[in-house]
Amino acid sequence: MPTTTLSFPTLPARRRAAAQLARWACALSAALACSLPLGASAQPGAAGTLRIIPASNMTVLDPIWTTAYISRNFGYMIYDTLFGTDAQGRIQPQMVSQWKVSPDGKVWTFTLRDGLEFSDGKPVTSEDVVASLKRWASRDTFGDQLAKAIGQYETPDARTFVLRLKSSFGLVTEALGKPSSNVPFIMPKRVADTPGDVQIKETIGSGPYLFKADEFRPGEKAVFVKNTRYKPRAEAPSGTAGGKNVYVDRVEWLFIRDAQTQLNALLNGEADILEQPAFEQYAVLRSNPQIELVDAQPAGNQFILRFNFLHAPFNNEKIRRAAMLALGQEAFLRTQVGAPGLTRFCKSMFPCGTPFESDKTGEYTGIANPQKARALLQEAGYKGEPVVLMRPAENGTIGKLPLVAKQQLEQAGFKVDLQNMDWQTLVSRRARKDAPTAGGWSAFLTAWTASDILNPITMSMMNATGDKGWFGWQDDPTLEAIKKQFATATTDADKKKFAEAAQLRAFETVTHVPLGQFSQPAAVRKGVSGLVPAGAQVYWNIRKQ
Amino acid sequence: MLAFLGKRLLSTLPVVLVVAITVFMIVRLTPGDPAAIIGGNSATSEDLDRIRVQLGLTQPLWTQFLLWAGKVLQGDLGFSFFLNKPVLELIAQRVEPTLSLAVGTLVLAVAIALPLGTLAAWRMGSWLDKAVMAFSVAGFSVPVFVIGYVLIYLLAMKLQWFPVQGYRRMADGLGPWARQLALPCLTLAVTYVALLARVTRAAVSEALTEDYIRTARAKGISERAVLTHHALRNAAVPVVTVIGVSAALLLGGVVVTETVYAIPGLGQLTVDAVLNRDFPVLQGVVLFFALIYVAVNLLVDLSYLALDPRIRY
Repeated sequence: MPTTTLSFPTLPARRRAAAQLARWACALSAALACSLPLGASAQPGAAGTLRIIPASNMTVLDPIWTTAYISRNFGYMIYDTLFGTDAQGRIQPQMVSQWKVSPDGKVWTFTLRDGLEFSDGKPVTSEDVVASLKRWASRDTFGDQLAKAIGQYETPDARTFVLRLKSSFGLVTEALGKPSSNVPFIMPKRVADTPGDVQIKETIGSGPYLFKADEFRPGEKAVFVKNTRYKPRAEAPSGTAGGKNVYVDRVEWLFIRDAQTQLNALLNGEADILEQPAFEQYAVLRSNPQIELVDAQPAGNQFILRFNFLHAPFNNEKIRRAAMLALGQEAFLRTQVGAPGLTRFCKSMFPCGTPFESDKTGEYTGIANPQKARALLQEAGYKGEPVVLMRPAENGTIGKLPLVAKQQLEQAGFKVDLQNMDWQTLVSRRARKDAPTAGGWSAFLTAWTASDILNPITMSMMNATGDKGWFGWQDDPTLEAIKKQFATATTDADKKKFAEAAQLRAFETVTHVPLGQFSQPAAVRKGVSGLVPAGAQVYWNIRKQ
Repeated sequence: MLAFLGKRLLSTLPVVLVVAITVFMIVRLTPGDPAAIIGGNSATSEDLDRIRVQLGLTQPLWTQFLLWAGKVLQGDLGFSFFLNKPVLELIAQRVEPTLSLAVGTLVLAVAIALPLGTLAAWRMGSWLDKAVMAFSVAGFSVPVFVIGYVLIYLLAMKLQWFPVQGYRRMADGLGPWARQLALPCLTLAVTYVALLARVTRAAVSEALTEDYIRTARAKGISERAVLTHHALRNAAVPVVTVIGVSAALLLGGVVVTETVYAIPGLGQLTVDAVLNRDFPVLQGVVLFFALIYVAVNLLVDLSYLALDPRIRY
């Protein structure tokens, strides 16, 4: 009969149990290891599939309803435009084959190219064009100016449309070919008849790509395939004009939020193009032989500081001038961008390198002059009201600018209350007209793509219509009158003259302060070529080996 | 049992109501105006006023709440301000990645932590125990994003075993799905292995000191059976509780991992909704999370019945 002991298990028994547990652990590890395809390489892009990491997530598929750049770029993928802006900034016909203007400049007759089709197989007609223009004009400042000048739209036949102006307007083709938000994309009439403040639900266009709505997942990816019905122009691609040829079968936009993950995906071959690397990543990218930097938006971007005209201290023109003199571009560019070769000193309000660039900037030099600023501040009777300066601390493109502004303004004698927030809070708060001490603000800094601020009409900071105008709410009938002269000018010389006058007036009243230009070249993997420099990010003409 | 279930289900109603009211108020009291975000850089004050009217943001707060609550009662969580899609559809799109990540992490964590914790308890004071405890401390201490970037660098960038980012749906095939999830699950599992191994060690070591273990050993039952049938089973209640809490935390708290690995899950949807002040999405997601928490807690309570027959409801 076996005897029972009350002692702990013998050593051999423990060893057996330990060995058993170890076997389980090994089996488990092996199972886990087997479940992973060890040794497999990271997925490369399939042949003919171009993988792009855009600068931001895309949530809105209506490029007229929103001014978001990602939606604008989406628009360029699937829609076409009547005119485009070439690499030299000139307006060129796109969907239009020919056009003529009456001697008095009041009747504009356009003829569409032959054989244009929407992706659903229906022909593009002049009625589609008129409906699209009306919807665009209901949302876009430039379009609104044009619409106010138009007395009547006419569609004598399916390929011809006529704009009969009731007042002279010298920027008809410039408006129709504007490269950035909101771009007058042409949609089918039934879609374009949707009110401008209601999002459209269809994505039917006549552009170079088809949007795969069934594969679209916001926050994950958007997919485009070649539109076989698209008929590119014969000219070489240039800016948003010329032949929009598609050489890949499929384009995938991968929405990746984290900058480091974006970089990793590019370096690992999981993406072909990183649209907008972070400034601090350029050193790594430049040193990688597999990566090429391509300046796809050569006109670049501009930093600016905007004032609140409604409240002290910046409701005083002299105090705004003092602030302008206190600010120097070099420190802003060095602190925010840092990377060599990406910045450009430019004191013009219209970006340097664009048609209305001008060195007529009044007393603004772009170089900080704290002594002069301090003297002017005293002369203006500054009473020490705090400047509530909003800082979007998490924003990698502009988050450091307010730190420089604070230092430079304080050196000139301003009292600055720097308030940190996220960008979305800033855009919400800048819409508030309350006093700075009651939840309002005094100044903020932002960046504009050059193609958005090419002339006095599209430059939001020159909207001087008071309460109904842009944040800061400047009310200056003189500036508005100059803008009207610009809009009605018909010769290039006159346009240049009135653009300069508008800039001088803007510096005189200090609508805002330009703080230098910068570029953010796209990072492209070797083997991908043909990225077209333009006023917006466009993805035709690209070849992938 | 049925009475317990009924009571628990009824008790979720006030919880969900409180969550609904709280989240509705909080998102509206937070600084930020969705109209300004929708309007973009070029919008004028006039544009913003028009957008606010369209979104119904000019109505009194209580009217907005009643309209929303009325729809929720009919199973409609509203419409996203930005995405032009029903909130329910957006949540449905994002459930699979988050659920895959959470379940994968838990499976991995349980598979590693239970044996480790049990072994550590069994060999308390040995080098193995010390190694497990050292790993636990390290697993707790290192932030998830650091673990993520280190694993990406080693296993994806250097060894090229895994992709660095993205998610493949189950419908694309189990192989691609598992391969895409391996690194994120491993990243998240480190913390949960640390937590579970520690809890398991404590619970099993306590069970091993009980009289019934001594009796079992005295009866000559094998050490394996003692550990698995007696010690582990009696230690299961606290371990299952922690697993349940972990599951709930994982479903709602994988934002960092989803961001580092670009996984389009509920975490990223929530962050986008917060940043964009997309009130309907934010309200819908938080309400969904509240229901998940309630359901997980209920399941954990029910699992006690199976694990410990002494427990009665």
